[in-house]
Amino acid sequence: MTPAEIRTIYLEELTRVAPDIDAASVGDHDHLQDDLELDSMDILNIVTALHERTGVNIPEVDYPRIATVALAVDYLAAAMSGA
Amino acid sequence: MDSHANSQETGSAAAREDFADPRDGSVNIARVALDRHVESGHGVQVALRWLGKDGARRDLTYADLRDLSARFASVLRDHGLNRGDSVFVLMGREPELYACALGTLRAGLVFTPLFSAFGPEPIRTRMEIGGANVLVTTAAIYRRKIAPWRDQIPTLKLVLIVDGDGDAPEGCTALGPALDAASPDFPAVATAPEDPALIHFTSGTTGKPKGALHVHGAVAYHAFSGRHALDLQPGTIFWCTADPGWVTGTSYGIISPLVNRVTMIVDEAEFDLDRWYSTIQAEGVQVWYTAPTAIRMMMRAGAEAAAPYDFSSLRFLASVGEPLNPEAVTWSAEVFGQPFHDNWWQTETGGIMIANQPGMEVRPGSMGKPMPGITAGIVDRTEGGLRELHDGEIGELALRPGWPSMMRAYLHEEARYAKCFVDGWYLSGDLARRDAEGYYWFVGRADDLIKTSGHLIGPFEVESALIEHEAVAEAGVIGIPDETAGEIVKAYVTLNPGFEASDGLERVLRGHARKRLGAAVAPRAVLFRKSLPKTRSGKIMRRLLKARELGLPEGDISTLETDET
Repeated sequence: MTPAEIRTIYLEELTRVAPDIDAASVGDHDHLQDDLELDSMDILNIVTALHERTGVNIPEVDYPRIATVALAVDYLAAAMSGA
Repeated sequence: MDSHANSQETGSAAAREDFADPRDGSVNIARVALDRHVESGHGVQVALRWLGKDGARRDLTYADLRDLSARFASVLRDHGLNRGDSVFVLMGREPELYACALGTLRAGLVFTPLFSAFGPEPIRTRMEIGGANVLVTTAAIYRRKIAPWRDQIPTLKLVLIVDGDGDAPEGCTALGPALDAASPDFPAVATAPEDPALIHFTSGTTGKPKGALHVHGAVAYHAFSGRHALDLQPGTIFWCTADPGWVTGTSYGIISPLVNRVTMIVDEAEFDLDRWYSTIQAEGVQVWYTAPTAIRMMMRAGAEAAAPYDFSSLRFLASVGEPLNPEAVTWSAEVFGQPFHDNWWQTETGGIMIANQPGMEVRPGSMGKPMPGITAGIVDRTEGGLRELHDGEIGELALRPGWPSMMRAYLHEEARYAKCFVDGWYLSGDLARRDAEGYYWFVGRADDLIKTSGHLIGPFEVESALIEHEAVAEAGVIGIPDETAGEIVKAYVTLNPGFEASDGLERVLRGHARKRLGAAVAPRAVLFRKSLPKTRSGKIMRRLLKARELGLPEGDISTLETDET
């Protein structure tokens, strides 16, 4: 999966969990909780969805590493390449 | 444990230690929480250690907090506000929030905290009911959630903006410069024990949220319960993770700890596993008060995630918000060396009523036993009044009112307030049972309120937001069990002519609800129905929706007129 594909998946799942958010308005460094006002249940739902879409199992300790689009793309790309 | 040598102290003893000023019988929470300690030589002790999201760390001593709260009181006075006026605060956990709370109380005004993640609708409803005169918030929240309807709250005289260095939006006042210019000399107003101090909003099953009114005299029970349910002692390093937008974050996140002269840890950030574990280790947290949702997230991460950390500073762990499952109690004892002690209370009770108390055997899954001086019972409503039930029987959890922190009213809602009391009992709305050893066990809600992530949500408020959407004709909202959040909010809707059920519309409706209500309150799922089950009087039978969702017996359906399709 390319970083662009991962980005698309992330935004799709983000806006599925939080349909009040317009994907086009999400900045690469917008924080899920601080800027986009998601709560902890939203984060869990995103984690579950990302797991289904990418196969990457994201442990609790790594939740901060998917807290923005930019962080998540790097994290998921590295995980999928087996790094 | 020598710290419990005085555990014979009772609720009536709490009433004797009423903190009244011997000169005039007045009681002011801010004086008891701050000035008293400064006057007895503890002004240099850290009252609040603030941990910013970005790693910043700021200590406020008791003297600092006294001065800052006095400056805030001066700002209120300088703007012509008077005793009894209403101050709403809508912001994250920043140091100013604590100064505002205590400054409001110091000046004899009434403090109402709101959860900053609320959407505009819950905020507006609560400010209207409470007749807000002052709002303290951030520039971003103001612009996004308040400015569009500010003019429609005629009571609102002053909006104070906590951030932005003097660059407040139009019609608002920057708090920072105002505090700098204000006098730090503002002795606590001589409020009477029964004078209003706090209004906390809580959800109703029908109708609008209720504003539960608490008085300055409540501080006697905040002091007592902090010692006896949470083991707070002078100098204890205490971390209450609850947001002051909810009653736990005020009673045990501001008042009780300061009255008991502890050092409070305040973390601006939301739950983050490593951050939380690091905080306990780095700050040497001794007493930790948190919620089941957070504990279950820690459990999901497993013992391995906790293994690198040193938790030896922890002395007492407590949990509140919804029943803590027995596995979480056992798990915490293994991982932290101490079990979580579940306790039970409500916005209305103002303080902890039933608890697995320090020095008492913890019964995993139980909320514990009534606090000293508190009389609890399990009752059944009968035609003539109430009947007390025996051990083991399920009924409504009830309390004999009279402790200092009990609510004194629901604001402007005398009838709803009166309905809470029958035959000298306060009826909690929670179903429970008591075992032969006197421990109480939560069974469920007696009404349709939803307990999710420690928050009590009224289905009516969610339904009202949904039917504001042009597509929605009717809505029924219930809570369904969830292993992490306790319950999650789920909505059933029927559509107006011209609208078709689709995944796209489901998202649109959830998005609409989230914008109005905020993520914590909005439904996580919306289901479409052709009709909803209703009574002859047209009331949606949420109970039936829930029974069917869970595959439970439908119970008495004699009042069912129109069925679900």
